[in-house]
Amino acid sequence: MSKRPATETSDPALTSKRPKPPSGVTMSLERIRLEHIPESYRVYGALFRDVSNASFLQAQLISRNPEFEYAFVDASTVLSRAHLLAAVWNAVYTSVEGNLRTPNVHSEVVASLNINNNIADGYRRWGITPDKTKDLVVVKILSSPDTLGDAQQEKDVWTRLTAQVKGRPVQLTDQEIAQVTDWQKVRKYYKMNGAPVLDQTKDEAEKRKKMESLAIMGMALRGL
Amino acid sequence: MTEPTTEFPPPKILTLSSTHKPILITQGAEGRLYKTPSPFQPNQFCALKYRPPKPYRHPILDARLTKARISSEAKVLDRCYREGVPVPAVLAKDAAAGWMMIEWIEGEPVRVGINTWLGERPEDDAALDTTQEDETPLIDLMKRMGVAVGALHRTGVVHGDLTTSNMMLRPWADDRLPNGHGDKTEKAKAVAGDVVVIDFGLAMQSQSDEDRAVDLYVLERAFASTHPRAERLFHHILDSYRESFKKAPGVLHKLEDVRMRGRKRSMLG
Repeated sequence: MSKRPATETSDPALTSKRPKPPSGVTMSLERIRLEHIPESYRVYGALFRDVSNASFLQAQLISRNPEFEYAFVDASTVLSRAHLLAAVWNAVYTSVEGNLRTPNVHSEVVASLNINNNIADGYRRWGITPDKTKDLVVVKILSSPDTLGDAQQEKDVWTRLTAQVKGRPVQLTDQEIAQVTDWQKVRKYYKMNGAPVLDQTKDEAEKRKKMESLAIMGMALRGL
Repeated sequence: MTEPTTEFPPPKILTLSSTHKPILITQGAEGRLYKTPSPFQPNQFCALKYRPPKPYRHPILDARLTKARISSEAKVLDRCYREGVPVPAVLAKDAAAGWMMIEWIEGEPVRVGINTWLGERPEDDAALDTTQEDETPLIDLMKRMGVAVGALHRTGVVHGDLTTSNMMLRPWADDRLPNGHGDKTEKAKAVAGDVVVIDFGLAMQSQSDEDRAVDLYVLERAFASTHPRAERLFHHILDSYRESFKKAPGVLHKLEDVRMRGRKRSMLG
C-alpha cells in the first residue's frame, strides 16, 4: 500500500525465483528472501495477533531456553516489512561478519531496531514485554538448510512455533503490520517528531514511506 | 590478494549471494558506485558506495580515514533527508568495511537532461536562438536546481562538488510536464522531474557565506564548461536560490568576491 509505483523496479526475473508456499499447508509463516547474505541462510517470519502468553515467552528468552531461539519483536514498534527486514538483514550480516554485539543473531535483530547502542534499551522498547505485547512479530533465522529440504524445514518451524505462541497468525504484510503499528511510539523511538520532511509531506502513503526511510536510516547510522 | 589485477575486486559484501550481478556504475578517485539489489526491499535496487583500501596509505590511517568518510557522508545524508532536502536515503552501512548502501535514484543526471534538451545545435547558435523557441521547460529545471541547492544550504550543508552530474532528475510519478507547459514533446520530457542531489563524498557542515558561495561558484564553473550553450541561462539558478532561504542574498553577494579571486582564498596575509 505504501509502495510508490514510480520508484519500484519490478523485474520478472526476480519475482519468478520466489517459490510458492508448499501446497496443502495453510500457514502464515513466510520464507523471507534477503540479498547479500550467504545462500545457506534461511529466514522465516510470522505475525501473531492478540498473543496471550507474552510473559511466558519472555521468560523463555531470559532463561535462554534453546527451544525458544527466535527474534520476538513487539509488532506495535514495527512500521513496515522493509523496516523489520532492515533489522533482520543487519543481524544476519553482523553474524556472518562475526561482529555480534548480543548473544545471538536473534537478539541481534531486536537490538538492530534501536537507533543507539544501548542493548537493554533495545530489548525493552522493541522486544517482547510481559503484559504489554499484544501483537508479536516472530523471526527465525537458520544458518543452514535442512537436510530434508526447505519445505520440510518450513513446516517444522511452523509446527513448533504455533505450539509455542498463543495467538492468531496473520500474514506478515505491510497491510497487517500497519494495523498494529503504534505511530506515536514509532515517532518517538526514531526521533521523528519535528522532522521537517514529514511536515512537508501531505500524502499519507508518501509520509509513511518517508517515516520508513527515517527509521531505517536511524538504524543504519546507529551510534553516530 | 595483493597482486594487481586489471578488474578491481568487488567488496566482500558483493561477493555474497545476490539474484542480480552487481553493476559497476562509476569509478572515481576515492570510490566506486555499484548498482545492486537492495538487501531487504524485494525487487528494488540500491546504490552501493565503496571506498576500497588505499595500498599507498598506512593501513591504520587508511582504515580510520575510510571509516570517518563513510560515516560523515552517511550523517550528511541523514541530516539532509530529515530536513526535506531531496537526497537518497541510507539503507545500511559498514563504515569499517568501507561501504554504504543508499536508495537507488531513478532517472538521468541533470547533465544528460540538459544536453538532450539542447540537442545537436551548433555551439555558435547560442546567441541567435533566444527568440526562436520557448525555453520555459529548461528555465523551469534551472529554477528547481536553485531551489534544491538553496534547501541544501539552508540545512547547513555545503556539497563540495556541485555539478550537473551530481544532480539527478527523478521522473515524476505522473506524466506531468514542467509548469503546466503542456508541451508533450520528448524534449520537454528530458528536463522534467525532481532534482535529487547526490554524491556527498566531499560535503561538510557549514553555515558560512564563504563556503556556500564557493559551492555556487563551483557549480557555475562546472555548468559553463559542461553546457556552454546554456550558460546565459545560469542566472535562473541563482535567481531561485536567492528566494530559497533568508541568508541567500548575502551568499550571492559573497559569490561576486569569489568570482573575482577564484575558488581558493588567498593565503597571503
